[in-house]
Amino acid sequence: MVTIVRDVNLTVDTGEVVGIAGESGCGKTTLALAATGLLEPPGRVLSGSVRYQGTDLVSLSPQELRSLRLSEISMVFQASMNVLNPVMRIRDQFLDGMAAHGVRSSEEARARAEETFDLVKIPRRYFDAYPHQLSGGMRQRAVIALALVLRPKLLFLDEPTTALDVVVQRSILQSLNDLRRELGFGVVFITHDLSLLVEIADRIAIMYAGAVVEEAAARDLYKNPCHPYTRALMSSFPPLGGSRQRLEGITGVPPDMRRLPGGCSFAPRCPEVIAGTCERIDPPSIRVDGERVVVCHLYSEKEAHVG
Amino acid sequence: MASALEPVVGTEETKEAPVLEVRGLTKHYSVGRLGRQKTVHALSDIDLSVEKGEVLGLVGESGSGKTTFIRTVLQLDRPTAGEIRVQGGEALPKRPSQRRLREHRRHVQMIFQDPYSSLDSLHTVRYSVTRPLRAFGIVPRSAERKAVEDLFTQVGLVPAGDFLDRHPYQLSGGQRQRVGVARALAARPALLLADEPTSMLDVSIRLSIMNLLLDLRSSQSLSLVFVTHDLAGAYYMSDRIAIMYAGHLLEIGPSSEVMGEPRHPYTQLLRRAAPDPEGDFGRDSQFEAQGDPPDLTSLPPGCPFVPRCPFVRDECQTALPEWRDVGERHRVRCVLYGLADDGHPGVALAQKPV
Repeated sequence: MVTIVRDVNLTVDTGEVVGIAGESGCGKTTLALAATGLLEPPGRVLSGSVRYQGTDLVSLSPQELRSLRLSEISMVFQASMNVLNPVMRIRDQFLDGMAAHGVRSSEEARARAEETFDLVKIPRRYFDAYPHQLSGGMRQRAVIALALVLRPKLLFLDEPTTALDVVVQRSILQSLNDLRRELGFGVVFITHDLSLLVEIADRIAIMYAGAVVEEAAARDLYKNPCHPYTRALMSSFPPLGGSRQRLEGITGVPPDMRRLPGGCSFAPRCPEVIAGTCERIDPPSIRVDGERVVVCHLYSEKEAHVG
Repeated sequence: MASALEPVVGTEETKEAPVLEVRGLTKHYSVGRLGRQKTVHALSDIDLSVEKGEVLGLVGESGSGKTTFIRTVLQLDRPTAGEIRVQGGEALPKRPSQRRLREHRRHVQMIFQDPYSSLDSLHTVRYSVTRPLRAFGIVPRSAERKAVEDLFTQVGLVPAGDFLDRHPYQLSGGQRQRVGVARALAARPALLLADEPTSMLDVSIRLSIMNLLLDLRSSQSLSLVFVTHDLAGAYYMSDRIAIMYAGHLLEIGPSSEVMGEPRHPYTQLLRRAAPDPEGDFGRDSQFEAQGDPPDLTSLPPGCPFVPRCPFVRDECQTALPEWRDVGERHRVRCVLYGLADDGHPGVALAQKPV
């Protein structure tokens, strides 16, 4: 058995955008799947809880979960072409989704779908189109519209714009942000693109080897990254301006999750490793200046431990 | 840790012929069934040159012609029109002989986007790197073994002996891409064409491949055309950046100017769209990308960016604007800037850039 996500604590407030970043294989997507009850066997949640407005999702039956999905909690994944059914008109996919959640009147369903189309800026003529007739950007907008059609309160976005061109990406993110303000849903935004996340998230959690190693307000994280991994990850993204300096990024590769090193799992790659400590002792969770949590030995003497 | 990423060879002072010089490069494809054929204008009248030791970033969205450009330069696709010159030699003939092609490709090599499909999965990576050595007669057979080991060492696959006899599936994406670089270097080319070499790699690997290419440029005075849609990556890598849109070159100039003070409205749009942690998304954002990406089968007669340009004028609709100089080795194809010969180079009439 391999543990992919380890002891992650995360909260999302109403209307808040929480970003999750890290290298491939750090457990970002598995975390989202676990939180939404979408893990496929043999994957399962071993311990912990996922509370949505007080209800523990882990304890719900598949039927109960299904009724929450789309209506309360929605997800948008990277490859939208794999989400839409290629042989069904966009319209029917919307109507199906709504019918499953009790919107039986097709007039009402159609009205709701069209309203959502307007919100995400898809021309209504695409309502009767098949997915292949839409450009990649429009298709991704359609998937977002589908995710929002029942006005959920929480939206998981897993690399929603990674496959798109930069201009299309920006305009979709802009629409999403406008919608979030208008409709007030919370967002969990998963991406490897830390530059993008700093711009759009309120708070950011950095994951490494299945665990959150630092969590802070987006601006604070960018201005003053505390965890050596956060610093290394940030230096993997060249800036868009200023002097062109050589960046070193992160050396080495992420650990094999089947054979995690003892102590801090980043220790073998860490430029600031404390010999004798980091490889042996699990790093403590430290609260630094109020809102920030860092899981690192470097801070263990300076600040108080988190609860 | 920080060393400036300056070009090894001064570009303006260099009297040497450019490593690559392209004039009027054009590529059209026919698509559709007989009788209903359309022409895809994949590449229209591209002029540019790459100096020795220079990194030129070629930036644009999908369908902008970046890949067509390097495929035609390498003659994987035959250009419809235009001249390609390498190291000041004769322009390639319209129908080059096999011998001429081989000569051309000895000087110009390519690094592919997908390290998973660009290596032969049935052979060891040693085989993949030995092939160009033999095809171009770079070293005698007795020296091949040593030459391949040296190439592996150059691209950071050390100790080389651990990697030589592996198959691609036994290597990570980053390691495969290093093999791809070694294979391209085997011919001892003067110019590498890299087609989005990092876009399929994870963040940390991406930077290490970019650094490898920069190191090779410095140590071997290689020239590099770095094709990407990632503006930050282009800025990191390139001495100059060329902006492409719908098969047209719209702006080309020193990286710091093109990114710091983008002139063409399309460059400005790209720059505003790029993820920027220094930006203030959602707070001051008025980002509004209007219009659709261009249809390459029916481009407007004038500037291809007209349908999406916020500053469009009547004259833009009828003819493609002339090139205008807006700085040292910085030119832009847009009517918003004074013409080069009217004595006011670089007079910007456009709204303040980003």
